[in-house]
Parts: sequence; structure tokens; C-alpha cells
Amino acid sequence: MADTAMPDSSPPLGAADPRTRWRYLDNILTRKGPFVDEDAILGEPIIDRLSTMKVLFSGAGGLGCEILKNLALSGFKDIHVIDMDTIDVSNLNRQFLFRHVDVGRSKAAVAAEFVQKRVKGVTITPYCGKIQDKDDEYYMQFGLVVCGLDSIEARRWINATLVGMVDGENMDSMKPLIDGGTEGFKGQARVVLPTMTSCIECQLDMHAPRPAVPLCTLATIPRQPQHCIEWAHIIAWEEERKDDTLDTDDPEHITWLYQKALSRATEYGIHGVTYAMTQGVVKNIIPAIASTNAIVAAACCNEAFKLATSTNPCLGFPEQNNYMMYSGDSGVYTYTFEHMKKEDCPVCGDLPKTLHLYPNSTLQELLDSFAERPEAQLKKPTIRTQSTSLYYQSPASLEEKTRPNLVKKLSELVGDGEELAVTDPAFQVTFRFKVAFKK
Amino acid sequence: MLKLWSMQQQQAASTPGGAKKRVTAAQLRVQKDLSELALGPTMKTEFPNPDDILNFILTIEPDEGLYNGGRFTFDFAINQNFPHEPPKVRCREKIYHPNINLEGNVCLNILREDWKPVLNLHAVIVGLQFLFLEPNASDPLNKIAAEDLKNSRETFKRNVRSSMMGNSVKGETFDRVMK
Ligand SMILES: [Zn+2]
Repeated sequence: MADTAMPDSSPPLGAADPRTRWRYLDNILTRKGPFVDEDAILGEPIIDRLSTMKVLFSGAGGLGCEILKNLALSGFKDIHVIDMDTIDVSNLNRQFLFRHVDVGRSKAAVAAEFVQKRVKGVTITPYCGKIQDKDDEYYMQFGLVVCGLDSIEARRWINATLVGMVDGENMDSMKPLIDGGTEGFKGQARVVLPTMTSCIECQLDMHAPRPAVPLCTLATIPRQPQHCIEWAHIIAWEEERKDDTLDTDDPEHITWLYQKALSRATEYGIHGVTYAMTQGVVKNIIPAIASTNAIVAAACCNEAFKLATSTNPCLGFPEQNNYMMYSGDSGVYTYTFEHMKKEDCPVCGDLPKTLHLYPNSTLQELLDSFAERPEAQLKKPTIRTQSTSLYYQSPASLEEKTRPNLVKKLSELVGDGEELAVTDPAFQVTFRFKVAFKK
Repeated sequence: MLKLWSMQQQQAASTPGGAKKRVTAAQLRVQKDLSELALGPTMKTEFPNPDDILNFILTIEPDEGLYNGGRFTFDFAINQNFPHEPPKVRCREKIYHPNINLEGNVCLNILREDWKPVLNLHAVIVGLQFLFLEPNASDPLNKIAAEDLKNSRETFKRNVRSSMMGNSVKGETFDRVMK
């Protein structure tokens, strides 16, 4: 759909109909096709919704440039983009919204400017910073969240945030999450309906761990140039420069590792250690493939468009497919399937419930009340907030150190609105509560 | 089909949603792992900062095998990518062991190439304990110790005992680790 949405040329100056550019989209938005959802209200209302729905997009890198362009060309008109990075000269080969003069500027700002200039009528609001800077209130304003992030940690954070925001009473608190990711010739597009379907945390094992060579191979029988670099990185640095923290962006550090690796390679008769390879291995750089980004971005934006308009069945509804994987390294292969929700998922296994507490009651009293909860009797609860270990039943050393908290008042230990995570050996799932102090 | 949005919804509801400070996914998982941890009498954990469950010290006191009678401590450092990434584990003492080098790096397959998110802290801790019961000469990180073990289990055993007393073995002085 993103493809059909591409205009063949800019609309002629002074074109009478402002929707000329969108005539291909309008075919989908106004005609009742066989796949259109029966509840879809085609025409004006749907066009209107597409143009007013706020979409958040995070990660304006290689995949991100594609996604942002596609979202704007799919008819979304109120897009917010978050990225903390600045443009590096090495981005320019594939991150096509950036030019040489932009090097050093914020990716979010430049990407927003560029797309806004090329696609008239779209407003893109950039934020240069981390997704973690923003709170629930910020995320609450969006209808959809699309991610093209390169880190698993950031994905898990946004996932946990969106799952945690869901309030059963308010359907609008459920923000569909569309996640795209690429690694070389492989990629995936998936849709999460927080709390309703399998979440990023449920799917954590879908991310192949970084392939690693046994430490003893590195230490004793290196066979490849990469082994020599890893050895310099993990072992030699620790032996000789223990007191310096390795900074993979510091050329002096990379040069040092490169020279160490090179002399080790020479010792073992291994060829091929270069500075660029050292940088690649140490920073774990997997070459980005522009076509993979384009394919995955198109899939993500198709899902965004379908979710927003109900004009076609989309990924992500309960008991339907929610995960599309793509592999382009030997032929082209895609597989779409339903990743099942994990009953004991630490993030979506239990929905945070509001827990009304008296600020003057003690932690012990709270624990006792857990044992009497009708839905799940927690006889041996372990409990923490993000910042504080409130009480741990085990291990023994932690029990001892957290025991003094039992007699403290709750108001001394937790803040209003903070989340409590409660585990109990009798339950696989982690229970989560949001503290609301009674006045 | 389930409807995701009421057509009227435009101004997002301004009800403040969830919690301000959320327990992170890594914390949730570590908490779960810790509650499932069943350590025998030969092992214990210590949390220098009890609020930070991602960093702790494991003590192993083998009661059999070549390292019987010693006390070995390991730093566990878990980052927010756990369990996608394994915990980082380092031996705090300088010891004579074929699979642990002088800097404390540990060669244990599940700490590196064979790590999977389904593995938990218990698996790692049991794996470390096993290294003291069955040091493995075929995955050497300390080549000298591995050669020693390969050549003669008896000599190796004598050298281990001597190193554990804080003596020097083959030109290296080791930390005294006897209880
Ligand atoms: Zn989940």
C-alpha cells in the first residue's frame, strides 16, 4: 500500500483538487472492497481519522527514514518522531533523508524537516532525546506507536510502558505497537496490542543472541581475524588497561585494540585484521542492507495504515497472525505466524491493578493483605519498586537486609503512583500494582 | 472484528495512565530468578546494595573435589538487556584454574556462546559450581593450568592446593582462598 501511495510526480502547481496526490489512497479509503471490515466507515470519516490520528514513531535511523517517509505518504498527517542520535557521515549512504550539510544535527529534526517539506500538509514534530525521557501522559496522546529501534533494551522499555498504560476501563489507553527491525538481510515486522496479544517481552527469544565464540577459543586457539580482535577486546584490555573504561567511540582505544589484535594475528599466522574490522567487531556492527530496511518499513507502514483505517485485515488481533519475519539472505522468504502470548510473561502476564493503600499502614500489613486477596493468595510475597527492594523472601542475605522495611510506613517506602512488582513462589506470573494512596 | 478506536476518540483521554516509575523488565526477570534460586549450603549470595538486585556477589565454598575447603567469590553484573544478554560474571580472586584466567574471566559455555533467554541465574550458578568439581582441561582459559591438569591430575591437585594456600605456582602468586 505504501507503494501504491507513492505519487508518480508532484501534483501540478495549483492543482484544483488538493487530494490529487492521494487519489490512489482514496481508492482504498472510499471503496467497499471484499476485505474491508464491516464496521469501517469509508469516505470522509476514515480519511479524517487518518489525518488527525497522532502517530508516534521512534528511531530515525536506516529503517526509520523509510518508515517516516512511508507514514507521511500513507496519509498520516500528525506524526511525532523521537531519536536521540545525531547524523554521522557514515549514515548518508542509506539514511536518505540526510545530506552532507546535516552531519552533526539531530536525526529527528532533520528527518522531520525533510519529510515535512516534501509531503505538503503533514506535520512532523521532532524530539531529540530518549524515549525514556517521556512519561505516560505523553504516550497517551497517540493512536499508534511505530518503532524502528536498533536496541532491544529500548524496545523492551516502550513495550513495558505501553503494556503498563493499559487501563481496562478506557479502550483508548491501549496503543497498538508496530515494531520493525532489521539485521543485515533479515528483518521482522510485528504488531502488539498491549495486554491482548503476545508482547515484545513474550517474544524475547525471537531475537537471536549475538553469536559468540567460546572464551577459551579466543584465549588459546584463535582461528579467524575476528577471534584476535575479540581477544584484544575482552582479554588484553582487561589485562593491560584495567583502569580505563573502554570507549568504543574513542579512536585511541580502537587503535590500541587494533594493534593488539594485529600482533596476535601475526603470531598465529592469521590474515585480515583491519582497523575497520576492529571497529565492526567491537561495536558489533552488522552491515545495514537498504533493501531489507525498505521491505520491513513497507510492511510496518501497511500495518499502521490498515490498523488506522480497517480497510484490510491486519496483523495483531488476538488469535491471528501477529509476526512477519523476512529473510533475504538465500532467496527471499517470508513467514507470518501467530506468536502466542506467554501466560507467565513478566510484563504482560498480569495487568497492573490500582492498589488503594493507607500511607500510614506498614509494609508488613500490606504483605498480610496480599495473603487474603481473593483472586490470588500470595502467601510468600516478594515485593519491589523500580528503585527499592521492599521485601525479599529469598535469598537469605536479601531477606535479612530488607526485613527492617517491614515495620516502616508505606509512605516512607513508596511514592503515590509508583509501581509495585510482586512475585510469589506459588505463582509463575509477576503481579503488578499501581499505588494510589488513600487521602 | 474488535474495534480498536471509537470513532469519536480524537483528543486522547487525559486521565493519567499507569505508574510513573515502572519496575523494568530486567528487574522483573531477576526478581523471578532470585525467588526460584535454591542454593545449597555451599553457596550464598550477598547484595552490597540491597535495592540493586542486578549486581551481587556469589560465594561458592566447595565441599568436595580439588577445590574443597576454599571460598571463591564472583561478581555478578546484570544489565537491562537481561535475559537477552547473559549476566557478566567475574571471579574476584586470583586463582589457579584451567577455566578461569588470572583476571577472573570465566570460560563457561552458558555465560557466552550457549546463553539463551530461557536459561536463568540458577543455571549459571550451578554451572560455576560445577567448574570447581570438574575443572575442564579441554576448554582452557588458563593454558598453563590446563596443561598441568592434562599431564598429571596428581601434580595439578598439589598445585591447586598450594595456590589455594596463597603460594606461588609456576611463577604466579595466587590469592589465599582457604576458609
Ligand atoms: Zn508479554
